[in-house]
Amino acid sequence: MLAYIIRRLFYAIPILIGVNLLTFALFFMVNTPDQMARVQLGDKYVDPQAIEAWKSQRGYDKPLFLNDREGSEGLLTDTIFFDKSIRLFALDFGKSDEGRSISADIYQRMWPSLAVALPTFVIGLAVNIALALFVVMFRASLFDTAAMVACVVLMSISGVFYVFAGQYLFAKLWNLVPISGYLAGLDAAKFLILPVIIGVIGGIGSGTRLYRTLFLEEAGKDYVRTARAKGVPELTVLFRHILPNGLIPILTSVVVVIPSLFMGSLLVESFFGIPGLGSYTLDAIQAQDFAIVRSMVFLGSLLYIVGLILTDISYTLVDPRVRLS
Amino acid sequence: MADFKLTILWSDWLIYLLVVTLAIFFINLARDAVTRKRWRKVFVSPLGSASFLVIVFYVAIALLDSVHFRLPLQQLEGSDTVHYSQEVNSLLDLTLQDLRGNDEKTYSEPFAIYSFAKENRTLDSGQVVRDFPRLEHAGSHLPTGKPASADIFERTMHALVVGALLTLALWLLIWVLRWGLGLSSGQGLQASAWLPWKSILLTLGALVLVSTWVMQLGGYYHILGTNKVGQDVLFQAIKAVRTGVLIGTLATLLTLPLAVGLGIAAGYFKGWVDDLVQYVYTTLSSIPGILLIAASVLLIDVYIETHPEQFQLTAERADFQFLALCFILGMTSWTGLCRLLRAETLKVSQLDYVQAARAFGVSNGRIIGKHILPNVTHIVLIALVLDFSGFVLAEAILSYIGVGVDPSMASWGNMINEARAELSREPVVWWSVAAAFSMMFVLVLAANLFADKVRDAFDPRTVG
Repeated sequence: MLAYIIRRLFYAIPILIGVNLLTFALFFMVNTPDQMARVQLGDKYVDPQAIEAWKSQRGYDKPLFLNDREGSEGLLTDTIFFDKSIRLFALDFGKSDEGRSISADIYQRMWPSLAVALPTFVIGLAVNIALALFVVMFRASLFDTAAMVACVVLMSISGVFYVFAGQYLFAKLWNLVPISGYLAGLDAAKFLILPVIIGVIGGIGSGTRLYRTLFLEEAGKDYVRTARAKGVPELTVLFRHILPNGLIPILTSVVVVIPSLFMGSLLVESFFGIPGLGSYTLDAIQAQDFAIVRSMVFLGSLLYIVGLILTDISYTLVDPRVRLS
Repeated sequence: MADFKLTILWSDWLIYLLVVTLAIFFINLARDAVTRKRWRKVFVSPLGSASFLVIVFYVAIALLDSVHFRLPLQQLEGSDTVHYSQEVNSLLDLTLQDLRGNDEKTYSEPFAIYSFAKENRTLDSGQVVRDFPRLEHAGSHLPTGKPASADIFERTMHALVVGALLTLALWLLIWVLRWGLGLSSGQGLQASAWLPWKSILLTLGALVLVSTWVMQLGGYYHILGTNKVGQDVLFQAIKAVRTGVLIGTLATLLTLPLAVGLGIAAGYFKGWVDDLVQYVYTTLSSIPGILLIAASVLLIDVYIETHPEQFQLTAERADFQFLALCFILGMTSWTGLCRLLRAETLKVSQLDYVQAARAFGVSNGRIIGKHILPNVTHIVLIALVLDFSGFVLAEAILSYIGVGVDPSMASWGNMINEARAELSREPVVWWSVAAAFSMMFVLVLAANLFADKVRDAFDPRTVG
């Protein structure tokens, strides 16, 4: 097991290198730092000195790969590639184009993200599983068909609509919760209720439908038929046989997103003014702060790969028949 | 009006290409008995046929909106060269001339004849009063004293009668066609009796009725109100259809060759090719999609800003950005299809007839073309229809984030984006965002329902 995990971690390295090279190529070779500076500074202040100053302030004035200039500290280390890309592997994200430390920002902002994303994930999962099980109880009936149509309708509504409708109803019309904002500590609860509810509702359509399929697959298997033939009551079949076995594919399929919960949700966080990583990324995108966007791309990939490894491990944990080799 | 300059944008070419490909595709389908049976299964269901018609309706609007031209400007005295307007028009603009030309000053509610905002007016007596001014265009045909509601009612009734007549004519035409086609096969009406005619005719009727109503009333009122700069919201929402339909199809189609090529190559050749392809798609899919999209769109923006000489017209610039967006969206989603195709190819290439072909010394290219490709097309088809609605929804979110289509391009995402400020006004300006959401909802719902039917019919796991 341990050997397997270590090997998987080694497999992750080339992928991270690939992500790193790709982002480097996108951000520094497709567009030169000169062009970035021009866009950042705007048309008014564009003169060669201003561009040079902008670049040297942020360390973009070095050569890309090889620094053979006089007085440089190292042939390979004193370059943009080393400074901006290699350092990411040590989780050293450097400074944003504004001059703030990205690592500090990430550490500070990941907790609000988690405060929204974790409850949304857990409650959403529970709600979807409960609904799917309920639908499966009435499978092949009119209720089943109606529920599936409702799911497709829910899926076809834009996520933004849920946000607008939720804010209008809960915050504006009924005055139950504040429209947006965030406070640290326990005061956060009243700000979190609405985003969590919206997040859960937004996922009901696709989630319930998917889990229903998984449960139905389980319900068609031989052992379920045997149990019924033995005269086991329908509810017992559902909760003792179908539910535990159906949970296996469901849980293993959601493990992959757990690490990414730290990244938060771009949409929900920005609509509800939650100072998490999602809105951090969004602000960076809108301010064209390439340093932050680059760091978030790397962090996101890292968390995804961790999720993939966790998925593999979870397979063995829930199903002893799966051996890792 | 005799003189105009056809201006075909890149995305226009692509949509023509798309239609031609689909036409060839359908003609080819008719040859293969198994595929024909599966399509029959899709269209036998009333829901499948009805949702297909709705999609066709949207695609038709998008097509009308993809024939672009520029009108000539007033010619200068003594000059021979004709200059063309910077404004690019489409056939749809001509069709909906009534809706397009009637810009007001600012917001107005649906069917309103008074403006939404108060204005200072000087009465004849010199007194200055502050109230809601009459709209410039909407309801300007009303004789004094006649209430707008009565006029709207009369016109609606009129439109319904016209619409009903048109619907009847259409039904009659279809019946004659059915009969005529049936005669040639000697079966009469029985030949096409398997189609769910009731739902087809009802859907067509509903579409005809709604369009006639819009055409009849659109010239006199703003059916869905006007936006901040006084443009007709309904017209904007209809213009956005092209963006929605194109993003849904082009995003997959642009990267389809990549997904199909790499997926089949990996599954067929195995070995280092497989390793390489797997590495590429794992790497790409490990980057959070929305970040990759945002990063790439930012880079495209930089490119456009630093190369202004390549884009003479605003429409050309917007079009380039749009195509880039489609391509990027495709790049973030082809990996899923590639993985499925690789797995299926692995399976298919183990089958006896492929092994036999290989033993006979048939070239790899021929085996792939003749044996592998036809056996994995159902996966491509299912992915195509399943992804469509996702892309339409994604556009709204991306435009909101600010990495979507150009703000000058009509799109539901841009309309929703503007709605943020509108919704916090008092009273709420709800019609613009409602129009965008409902137009989008109808398309996405139809696409989802159709996709379900296609998957049921083509997925071997459900076919059994």
